[in-house]
Amino acid sequence: MATDTKSNTMGVNYLIYVVILVIALFQVLFAMMAGPQPILMLLLAFLQASLAVNHFMHLKQERPSLFLALIPYTLFVLFMMNMIWSDSVRLLHMRPPGN
Amino acid sequence: MSQATVAVDPHTGMMEERPFAIPSSKLVMWLFVISDAVTFAALLFAYGYLRNASPDWPTPFEHASIWNALLMTFILVTSSLTVLMAVNAAQNDDRARAFRWTMITALLGLAFTALHLREWIDLIGKGVRTFQNPWGAPMFGATFFSITGLHMAHVVGGVVALIAVGLIYKAGKYSAKHLEILSLYWHFVDIVWMFVVPLVYLMNMKR
Repeated sequence: MATDTKSNTMGVNYLIYVVILVIALFQVLFAMMAGPQPILMLLLAFLQASLAVNHFMHLKQERPSLFLALIPYTLFVLFMMNMIWSDSVRLLHMRPPGN
Repeated sequence: MSQATVAVDPHTGMMEERPFAIPSSKLVMWLFVISDAVTFAALLFAYGYLRNASPDWPTPFEHASIWNALLMTFILVTSSLTVLMAVNAAQNDDRARAFRWTMITALLGLAFTALHLREWIDLIGKGVRTFQNPWGAPMFGATFFSITGLHMAHVVGGVVALIAVGLIYKAGKYSAKHLEILSLYWHFVDIVWMFVVPLVYLMNMKR
């Protein structure tokens, strides 16, 4: 029974592997023919990432509380990184703001 | 209550429920992955900001570079599958097969790094430096080398970890749990690359 479940999981993983590669190929062909569309490219990248996180990293099989607990942690890290984000303005001219 | 959901306190011997029913080391890996994901997000954000603010942003990647990036994607996504096979074999107590798949994953990581270095050498040969290039906005090199360089450092670090954990696992000192936790990191490296290709390579394709 447990072996059946594991082989089923690997079967799903093979499918996810193919889907991720097909999306990557589509991205490249689309960019070559129609030019890069940033929003579409990002959406497809998020789709690939969500497939990998849910199936390869098995987040889908974990308790929902783990996923929910990671959200405030992510927000905290994002808040702390505000220092670097605001500093990106300085990078434009390689000097501190106001100089 | 299964063993997976409880931990034994070494001082009292009492059973206590694990947080989120996963080992603490796995939770720590999840927290690390999120921190690292935000680091890459900040770098890509800064890159996007600079790219939009620079009217002469270079688009140097010819079709050969794009196909090379797609080949690198194929290698990295395949390595995610091979590390899953390693974990699967480890969970079935097949140490020899788990070790073999772990080493194949490490080899794929090395192949990815070699292709990436070839790309770097090619760009450096064309005159791209951290703060200068022959085509336009000088910050192109800084953003390209920092984003792809940080990612490559993660791949190399992952290869070292795969070899080390694989050898210790083969010696019988590590369990399937350790391989599974390491696989989380390796999948994360793969996921980051899924964002690097469209934002750094496809957006800067020569037309």
